[in-house]
Amino acid sequence: MPDLSINFAGIKSPNPFWLASAPPTNSGYQVMKAFDAGWGGAVWKTLGVPVVNVSSRYGGVNYRDKRMMGFNNIELISDRPLSDNLREIEEVKKRFPHHAVIASLMVQSRQEWHDIVRDVQNAGSDGIELNFGCPHGMCERGMGSAVGQEPEVLQTIVEWVMEVAKIPVIVKLTPNISDITEPAMAARRGGADAISLINTIQSIVGVDLDLFAPYPIVDGKGSNGGYCGPAVKPIALNMVKNCAQHPDVQLPISGIGGIESWRDAVEHILLGASSVQVCTAAMHYGFGIIREMTSGLEQYMTEKGFHTIYDMVGKALPNVKHWEDLNLKYKVTAEINEEKCIGCQLCYTACEDGAHQAIRLNEGTRVPEIIQENCVGCNLCSLVCPVEQCITMERRDDGTEHLTWKERTEAGTIPTEFDDERAGGRHHWVPAPAAALGKEKHKTLPGKARQYAAADAAALESSAVERPK
Amino acid sequence: MAEYNTPTSEPEFHANFAQLKPRMNRTEALFESSRCLFCFDAPCIKACPSGIDVPQFIRQINTGNTTGAARTIYEANYFGNACGKVCPTEVLCEGACVYNLQDMKPIEIGRLQSFATREAIEQDKKLFSAGPPNGRKVAIIGAGPAGVSAACELRSLGYEVDVFEAKAQPSGLTVYGVAPYKITNEEVLAEMAYLEAQFGFRVQYNQPITSRRELEALEESYDAVFLGIGLGLTNPLHLPGEERANCVGAVEFIEQLRQRHHQTAVGRKVIVLGGGNTAMDAASESARLGAEDVILAYRRGKEEMGAYEFEYDLAKGVGVKGLFNVAPVEIMGNGKVEGVKFIRTATLNGQVQPVAGTEFVEPCDMVIKATGQAKQLHLLRLIPGLQIDGKGRIVADERTGQTTNPKYFTSGDARNGGAEVVNASAEAKAAARGIHEYLSAGL
Repeated sequence: MPDLSINFAGIKSPNPFWLASAPPTNSGYQVMKAFDAGWGGAVWKTLGVPVVNVSSRYGGVNYRDKRMMGFNNIELISDRPLSDNLREIEEVKKRFPHHAVIASLMVQSRQEWHDIVRDVQNAGSDGIELNFGCPHGMCERGMGSAVGQEPEVLQTIVEWVMEVAKIPVIVKLTPNISDITEPAMAARRGGADAISLINTIQSIVGVDLDLFAPYPIVDGKGSNGGYCGPAVKPIALNMVKNCAQHPDVQLPISGIGGIESWRDAVEHILLGASSVQVCTAAMHYGFGIIREMTSGLEQYMTEKGFHTIYDMVGKALPNVKHWEDLNLKYKVTAEINEEKCIGCQLCYTACEDGAHQAIRLNEGTRVPEIIQENCVGCNLCSLVCPVEQCITMERRDDGTEHLTWKERTEAGTIPTEFDDERAGGRHHWVPAPAAALGKEKHKTLPGKARQYAAADAAALESSAVERPK
Repeated sequence: MAEYNTPTSEPEFHANFAQLKPRMNRTEALFESSRCLFCFDAPCIKACPSGIDVPQFIRQINTGNTTGAARTIYEANYFGNACGKVCPTEVLCEGACVYNLQDMKPIEIGRLQSFATREAIEQDKKLFSAGPPNGRKVAIIGAGPAGVSAACELRSLGYEVDVFEAKAQPSGLTVYGVAPYKITNEEVLAEMAYLEAQFGFRVQYNQPITSRRELEALEESYDAVFLGIGLGLTNPLHLPGEERANCVGAVEFIEQLRQRHHQTAVGRKVIVLGGGNTAMDAASESARLGAEDVILAYRRGKEEMGAYEFEYDLAKGVGVKGLFNVAPVEIMGNGKVEGVKFIRTATLNGQVQPVAGTEFVEPCDMVIKATGQAKQLHLLRLIPGLQIDGKGRIVADERTGQTTNPKYFTSGDARNGGAEVVNASAEAKAAARGIHEYLSAGL
């Protein structure tokens, strides 16, 4: 049985799954319920001078039949009195001494930071997370992402906090910045113990086509919000990787962004996170999702022979390279398994219109055929194919050659002229432009077009007959 | 105890005849449309006799453009809503769906089609209008799928159109002959009213055309005449005892059921003669009307039945029992039907032969003959120069629907001998184009 427990910068937790600072951690009631369900830790909804919120507050991005593939909010930090929150933190810690309770904080002056840090320490918090990420509402007041976007200000505030902090301090970073490693390095310079990322991404999730207002709508108006949910995972993974690989960051990372299953969590961990935080999935499905997450993680670790979380933290990092370090001599092309093909021909049309015209249709069969000499191995066909393992990418090079762009640059063999012999596509066949016209005339016409086509054909025929007169 | 009790009220009737393809709600339509792969050169379009652009309308439903979806459907088939419910989709569009090859449930194309068109009908979306008047007039005989479709298409081309219908309601077999669990009268008639309002053709009900004099009047007043007359009553079997009470034709039985619902009486033990889709319908309907035993008697083997497999499954599902390789010899009884005398048959070189000495009587108190409909030859013979083939079908140009009397055009059952609503509808559009071509050529 693998050991899921972690010691994250000194914060101990029975498993790496924490609830992120957000509505699910608004109260002691919710946090206790979550711990009871199996969550390892919770980052309390951000404490500070209580706010006043609007109604409504959330917007969703649905994709076809899937709800809340993306999610955004215009809610602010906690609107509850600080003393209520502190009392409930104390109560939770008494009942769950081995679970992690981290207080998320956001205030302005040095004095306020000192006061609130002492307060949450006295309440029994295991750690502190500095909210330098909130991209709406708070940033206009000089807090949240306004701090996260100014590395020097960020560093100063971290230093204020470290003056009084006796428990580990995590700095939560905003993705609304061009280089995430800059605030990460500032956090380290300020003396922080860890970083967490990403906070939400500034967003408009949609516009109401009748009211002409962005979602969520507050009395006919809307505002930009913070975007999260499954849709943001790829952005989060890249930023986690950037911080994990940077030699001047070197801090434990709590990964946040689009985590809804054990698989998402493992991906964050393989790219360098050693705890993960979840919000949208808990808001969508409730705390019960933790059972799938821990069981999936355990199963994966057992199958891979990992005894602790730390056996896999950052395990994918050595394989994340710069583009210039990739092997230009590696070559795959697509192969269609005719037995599995259902004849939807999505691969044909995708390759034809979206890639390199390397798939043809043959009369008498709905199974498309790969034109091997045109296939550049881009993967598109295998991505659009709805049948598992029907289109596979097969290796074609013999594995003996290895040449990167960097090596070619150093050797002076990269293309440098506009019409350079050494360009990749120089001798790659593309059809003549006019070959596109009428290319798909074999495609079945729908009823209406069919009728007109029949009439046109008849007109042509009759004019052909009349011509000799 | 039979599967169903005899319905005695409208609600009981509707319970026994619950819709096989119930209406989708928006969420279900969203979920189902999300499954569509949007195939290139989609097999469902190929499989549809009217060539509806299925992936296009499904995508339109999925993006919330339900009205656009309805337009796509109606552009190919004016009976879009009815066809979504009554088409044998299992052997047409849904049967062609590529998901079948993955052993997965095909997209419910029929229900999606009815979803989109029903919304358009209920919200009275204006999708079509009559074309600018071209000063020409066409008479249409029969307001069935062929006649109404031809009327819509001709109106869109600017023709003045009068439809003469023998019965009191439009849509032909869609309202008089389709099994009630496939579509309700209200739904059929709503689509007819919608089309009539969009295109503005005139229908004269209870106006059968039966005499040469009436045809002459049409020939004089109109530039062309379209024959959408379908088929006639059930063919007589010429068996002794056929005239006995409770020995009825399937077409007549179903028409009564469609028009008078639960007042339609059915025997306790019913024998249905025939192996086609109408026989399956009549058998299922008898069971749903509360018959205790329903026997489907067919003179050949089970595999040779003309009915679609799913239709036979449907009949079996409500308790209908098959009796194969038997031919009726006599309808027994004393005033009323008391049984059918059968003789067993054997098929030799494709020919059904009675096996001597194998007669037996199967008792029953009702017989439904589903042995095919007669052609309306009495009317067709009144049209000069009109050629009819050996099976009683009107001979017409495949593309234009023009008959051997150049002023007459036709499509639907009268020409194809009996097919689906979708065939009649699609062929009628083509025939309307044929009329247009013919009348334009003279200009």
